[in-house]
Amino acid sequence: MTPNSMPMRRRLVSYAHFMHCQWLNLLRVPAYSIPTLLFPIMFYAFFGILMNPGAASYLLATFATFGVLGAALFAFGVGIATERAQGWYTLIRATPAPLPGIVIGKWFGAALFSSVIVVSMCAIAAFLGDVRLEQVQWWGLLAVLIAGTLPFCLLGLGLGLMLSPNAAPAVINIVYLPMAFLSGLWVPVSQFPGWLQALAPWLPPYHLAELALHVIGARAGDPWVNVLALLMFSLAFSVLVMIGWRRMLAMTK
Amino acid sequence: MHEPLIRIDNVTHHYGKKPALDSVSFEMQSGQVTALLGPNGAGKSTLIHLLLGLIPVQSGEIEVMGHSPSAASRAGQWGAMLQSSGVQDTLTVIELLYLFASLYPQPASIDALIEQARLEGLERTRFERLSGGQKQRVMFALALVGQPRLLILDEPTTGLDPAARRGLWDVISQRRSEGVSVLLCTHYLDEAEKLADKVVVLNHGRVLAEGSSDSIKARVPTTQILARSRLDQASLLGLPAVQSVAQRDQRVLVLTSNAAATLRAWLDADAELDELEVKGADLESAFLNLTQDANATELSS
Repeated sequence: MTPNSMPMRRRLVSYAHFMHCQWLNLLRVPAYSIPTLLFPIMFYAFFGILMNPGAASYLLATFATFGVLGAALFAFGVGIATERAQGWYTLIRATPAPLPGIVIGKWFGAALFSSVIVVSMCAIAAFLGDVRLEQVQWWGLLAVLIAGTLPFCLLGLGLGLMLSPNAAPAVINIVYLPMAFLSGLWVPVSQFPGWLQALAPWLPPYHLAELALHVIGARAGDPWVNVLALLMFSLAFSVLVMIGWRRMLAMTK
Repeated sequence: MHEPLIRIDNVTHHYGKKPALDSVSFEMQSGQVTALLGPNGAGKSTLIHLLLGLIPVQSGEIEVMGHSPSAASRAGQWGAMLQSSGVQDTLTVIELLYLFASLYPQPASIDALIEQARLEGLERTRFERLSGGQKQRVMFALALVGQPRLLILDEPTTGLDPAARRGLWDVISQRRSEGVSVLLCTHYLDEAEKLADKVVVLNHGRVLAEGSSDSIKARVPTTQILARSRLDQASLLGLPAVQSVAQRDQRVLVLTSNAAATLRAWLDADAELDELEVKGADLESAFLNLTQDANATELSS
């Protein structure tokens, strides 16, 4: 008998199990679930609703981008670094598990967290900030932000494959917070000094925030430039993932 | 002769310039328990990782059930319990079992597995909250969940209490009687002696000896003499053919390459020699003898 790859039905069932387990895993790690959910929502409530009520809809787009960025980076980066050190992937690789199952499961967990963040912020914006959007805009904002996590999932994956579990949270915070600030997620880029404004388009969160601003009607230009930029970043981070993967295989003894 | 279940042919593996395996060849027959023995750094883990397809073969050939390791892995024909592996420890026992069951074409009954691995009452407990022995039993259950034809067990009883250890031996013996083959990597030589049909001794990446535990023991011309004696250790070491002396409660254990010569001289020197017991080498002394000889040869060369 020639060993076959897993039949599609069983593959889908195993994907569903991975998705379920990844969601539970993220939910049960307070170091992930509490700051990931609480900080962006809290920051938006303070800075977007209480301190800048006039900019509540603009800041909804940028703070929601900040929220999904963290959910993706930490789920992949810290999660994978920790599980790699636990030997989880060594065990999984000794089974017929389809490798995409691990990534899909992780993405699902991050996407679910991202959805909770975005929906909570939208609720705060609508009920406390008096933000009024069309129904299609609310749904559009959620869809764009979830789909737009792709490059950040890949960046997290690449870092998670390379970093130790002790180094991962520190390195990811060093990447996450300055990148969020410099991309204009807390303060609009237009308020930066000129030289700093020129830096923002070289950072991926800037493009996701621009897309979110398009959805809520705060931008008028061509959104495809931002889509293309996010795809280019995804491609670049895929190279990082491949390097990390090869490095992990080389370190298996 | 049946087609071997595992065929390892002239496998050499290096980490950088450091050799981990050097021209290793052996076969494992279907339905047998094969024990892989060797001191730390002998190359056992490297060999297991090669067999599981976790690292690529650099030189030589490995076939598992007639396929390359990676193809056999995709087919889910083995269950593995590895020292170097772990699980997502926030998941509960039952969540882990169902996740793994979803990966195999014909998974075992989860209830039966829980009973076999003595995990009753722990189903809803997170892995991180289990004791060391309970974790080992979960890892064992995960290795069994796909009803594999081949079990690859790396130090399966480390951290288990004696009762759990014997329970696991029973499950291994039961699986063997059902036709499952087992590759058992262990430091417990009594475990290998009790369970294995065949023993492969590795040292410094080479196969030092291979065969039944009786044939391995027979290769070592060592006899154990246990006795109560008034002679001190230095005097005992001075007796003909004595290789080593150790205290065993009230008696001394003397290993000798010529029991008759040692005993004649010992009786001459100590008229009060008492509680005498003479027996052949066990697997542990044979293993130590083999690996120490190999180390000495390597040093001298």
